[in-house]
Amino acid sequence: MFQRCQAAAAAIEFSPFIRRMAEYKVHFEVFEGPLDLLLYLIKKEEVDIYEVNLTRLATQFIEYIDLMREFDLEVAGEFLVMASTLMYIKSRELLPADQQAQIEGEEEGEDPRWELIRQLVEYRKFKDAAVRLQALEARQEEIFPRVPGRLEAGPVAEPPKPDVSIFDLLNAVNTVLQRFGRREGAAREIFDDKWTVSEKIEFILQVVAGRGAVKFSELFETAASRSEVVCTFLALLELIRLKQLVCAQGQEFGDIEIRRAPSAAPAVAAGPQLP
Amino acid sequence: MELKSILESLLFSAQKPLSVKELREVLANAAAAEDAEADTRSLAKAKEGEVTAALEQLAREHEAAARSYRLACVAGAWQFVTQPEFAPWLRALVGVKARPPRLSQPALETLAIIAYRQPVTRAEVEQIRGVNVDGVMQTLMERGLVESVGRAEVVGRPQTYGTTALFLEYFGLRGLEDLPAADELRRLSIEKPPAPVTAESGLATTPPEQLALENKAGETKAADSSGKPAAGDSPAS
Repeated sequence: MFQRCQAAAAAIEFSPFIRRMAEYKVHFEVFEGPLDLLLYLIKKEEVDIYEVNLTRLATQFIEYIDLMREFDLEVAGEFLVMASTLMYIKSRELLPADQQAQIEGEEEGEDPRWELIRQLVEYRKFKDAAVRLQALEARQEEIFPRVPGRLEAGPVAEPPKPDVSIFDLLNAVNTVLQRFGRREGAAREIFDDKWTVSEKIEFILQVVAGRGAVKFSELFETAASRSEVVCTFLALLELIRLKQLVCAQGQEFGDIEIRRAPSAAPAVAAGPQLP
Repeated sequence: MELKSILESLLFSAQKPLSVKELREVLANAAAAEDAEADTRSLAKAKEGEVTAALEQLAREHEAAARSYRLACVAGAWQFVTQPEFAPWLRALVGVKARPPRLSQPALETLAIIAYRQPVTRAEVEQIRGVNVDGVMQTLMERGLVESVGRAEVVGRPQTYGTTALFLEYFGLRGLEDLPAADELRRLSIEKPPAPVTAESGLATTPPEQLALENKAGETKAADSSGKPAAGDSPAS
């Protein structure tokens, strides 16, 4: 009989009395609101909602509210509204049907008893639905998806593409050099070689190590002059000769792809950052 | 090659659940490959319905085979998942699933109402539950299970709420039609009397049946102006 009646759902989160009453938890059952309490009372009576004696229900409900007060619990407004509704229903029952005050505009169907029962039936349906959702929630915790390991069939293990000949490489570097051809066609300047092949070797190794595979054109994206392009190209040829790198062309006239040779020692990768 | 077997192989190797749309893209890409054979190419234009039917057939076959795993569709995306009864061993293998704490009873009740009756206003939810739902709604929105989906065309234009894709994922549902007993709960109770539900001054909106049945408007107004005690209309709100 000792129940803790809980007020609105909001009160569950905010009300300090929950903490105060925590030690009595074992004895108390939680009610979500007045409808919840009514459903509990009906269940205790072991009758169908449609056949419940609302007069008796009203008495029991108000007894509960008294009990809540005794326990110094805050009685939420919703409970008081419900209590007044029940009292209204009960007071109507006191009079014989033919003497009941017919409120103007109220038709036969708008019996407050019916309205309450309808609400209770609807609420109980959703309460049942909540139980089913809870079951789904628990079930979902037990279900593990298949998460396959990342397939190694990505770019690395693709079947080797047709080999690239020195002519393909020359063609490709010519395309890059055309970028500079126009600018440098008219007047010739003489300047120092700012770039060395060994620097470029380290640069290429670094790029390839960092990204796995590099497109031929990407190697020259940052090149600022003809001589830099030539330097990078010589470095690339050198690395291919040393079997550090391999070139492959996905499709005819496609971009040439440069990646680390399968047998190459990985130690050479790190080098100083170069422009 | 049968479509369902192809789909099975894709889902077996996929890194994430795949939707029908994504599966169809894969089929189209495979057909676009240069060395694609005739039957690969013939699947390029596989209809959405065909793919869905093949997936459902596949799921049924796996179910019938009573394996330890099955093909599941959650929020429109397909994936192989284990059967729940093997959870103890899987937890030992991969650890407890990282999931937010379970929902409280008020949260589940509120969520159920929103799920079945969406789009629904806060006042409608409160009317069914008979209590204030502000705090619970806040929690549900923060957890991304519920979102605002629009405004109701009633006085005050209150926001309406619906469930998110995350809601489906969280409960492992394929779609809203997959909700248990959806027909019964989504349907509005027929026996309901034409109650003067708008009479409540605190209620900014009319319940769903008022939205659906415009011819009830006159009746409602009549009841509204009759001065009937509010307590009789909607006892718990």
